[in-house]
Amino acid sequence: MELEFTSRVDYIWALLPEIVLSIGAMVVLLVGVFREADDDPAAGDASPLGWISLIALAAAAMANGWLTGIPVASASPMVAVDPFRLFANWIFLGGAGLTILLSFPYVTRQRLQAGEFYTLILLCTVGMMFMASARDLLLLFLGVETMSIAAYVLTAFNRRDRRSSEAGLKYFLLGAFSSAFLLYGIALTWGATGTTNLLEIGEAVAGGAAVPGLIMAGMGLLAIGFAFKVAAVPFHMWTPDVYEGAPTPSTAFMAATVKAASFVAFARLFMEAFPALYDSWSTVFWWLAALTMIIPNVVALSQSNVKRMLAYSSIAHGGYLLVALTAANEMATAGLLFYLLVYSIMNIGALAVVMVASGHAEERLQIGDYAGFGWAQPMLGVVFTIFLLSLAGFPGTGGFMAKIYLLQGAAESELWTLAVVLALATVVSYYYYLRVAWYMWMRPAAPDLTHEEVWVPLPMRMGLVASAAILIFLGIFPGGIIDLARAATHGFFLAGVLP
Amino acid sequence: MSSAYLPVLMLFGVSVLNAVGMVVASQVLNPRRATPEKDMPYESGMIPLGDTRARFSVKFYMVAISFIIFDLEAIFLIPWAVEMRALGWGGFVAVSIFMMVLVVGFVYEWKKGGLDWE
Repeated sequence: MELEFTSRVDYIWALLPEIVLSIGAMVVLLVGVFREADDDPAAGDASPLGWISLIALAAAAMANGWLTGIPVASASPMVAVDPFRLFANWIFLGGAGLTILLSFPYVTRQRLQAGEFYTLILLCTVGMMFMASARDLLLLFLGVETMSIAAYVLTAFNRRDRRSSEAGLKYFLLGAFSSAFLLYGIALTWGATGTTNLLEIGEAVAGGAAVPGLIMAGMGLLAIGFAFKVAAVPFHMWTPDVYEGAPTPSTAFMAATVKAASFVAFARLFMEAFPALYDSWSTVFWWLAALTMIIPNVVALSQSNVKRMLAYSSIAHGGYLLVALTAANEMATAGLLFYLLVYSIMNIGALAVVMVASGHAEERLQIGDYAGFGWAQPMLGVVFTIFLLSLAGFPGTGGFMAKIYLLQGAAESELWTLAVVLALATVVSYYYYLRVAWYMWMRPAAPDLTHEEVWVPLPMRMGLVASAAILIFLGIFPGGIIDLARAATHGFFLAGVLP
Repeated sequence: MSSAYLPVLMLFGVSVLNAVGMVVASQVLNPRRATPEKDMPYESGMIPLGDTRARFSVKFYMVAISFIIFDLEAIFLIPWAVEMRALGWGGFVAVSIFMMVLVVGFVYEWKKGGLDWE
């Protein structure tokens, strides 16, 4: 079989992972609401719906794997079927699966509506997959909105908690604001080139057919819209409040997977549509990357709330990833994919531990609450330490190798200053990550802290241990995955345009 | 290309002029004899009581949101119905999928109690 895009049926095959996941999301929604309506005594338990969601994700992953082996005869105008998209899909599906697997006790404990919660996570993932595959600005916008609207609801999901509602409203207002930038950028780009197809825009820009002023304005507005979505400084102001107020599984999902999707779409947009304007946008990205590495790392030093500290840390990781976008060569793009994979695992894992440790009403989020946590809950303590070390970029963990690949990418584009800033920012970040570990292991627990009541069911335990094991494996043997990531960038660049 | 949009522009201009003209003409031409009754905010001939920013039940939002969903359904279905023959079976299948997704949402709303008034 071969995809030629001569008939409409080929589009169904090209979009099979998205279609399968959408159907799965609708099944979860209906099963959830029927369980609720039947007054099932077990309806409070989130795990059955969680397992159905995981099956849907597995089916979508199988479709994705099947699509990997399908040759593509001619490029479709709307949907890209390239290894870059399929690799990105693995990250999204894995991130969504890990979030769902690790959220069973939280959803049950907080009495969240599991059917809706998991449906929204699945639909959010569908939006992300569209973002990774979009080769047309309108489809890209549709993907961004599908993802964002689900993410707004996930943020405001705990309606008994005022912080959650406040975070949801803030995220919605600023998200809508950034969507407006994005849409205006799309309009101006269309005005300048007469097309919304990324490859045709690329040709028009390279061939000088684009109206010069308009295309710069359109590109600038697109960059601002995406800078909001990836929370780059100075467009990051919403992030700490939103990530702190959202229910912790939503925070994990947003900080890891939603950010990954935004970066993947960001990379495809600028590398496919605007490679000829590299000199203009790389300067802007250079500053965004430098600011996004320096400011959140400094602010995170003074955070006493662990969830808020992880929010600033996620902004800082966005800065490291922006270095890859600034470099925009093959190594940097492969590094971007590798980093996103590792980052999703370690960030979701770290927030999952915060999720179970924070107590019934999410009241124990201060760093002092972690005193003695490691000795009371050795398993959680060890995996949390591994996640923190990996986030910091400690040698022997996946986070370290990911940073090495980013530095290599930066070096190939001779971005020496950014590479030095990245290394220094990493050193600064050691302090606030390791401070949590130090509290966990080196400080005696206060007498009123009862770490023994933490409830961690078996699937979650297994998920956490597997995540930590994957991080260490990727830290020691990153070769296989980085080769896949490198292969995923083949054919992604317009030949000879990028430096 | 620009000449094709000229009628739209003219329609836009005429409607703006018409609206502005009516407001201006009534301001200029009407006689003004203010009485206390006329200065009161109008509320169906009743004496107004209290603030206009009253709290009202979330039920009305549910009705409004359901209306928007089915309104959008009409927006998609009518253009398809107009061009049904030209779009052929592909269009029919696409619209059927759209309707099925909508039915899933409708079943969800029904089961969730979104259609119960009490």
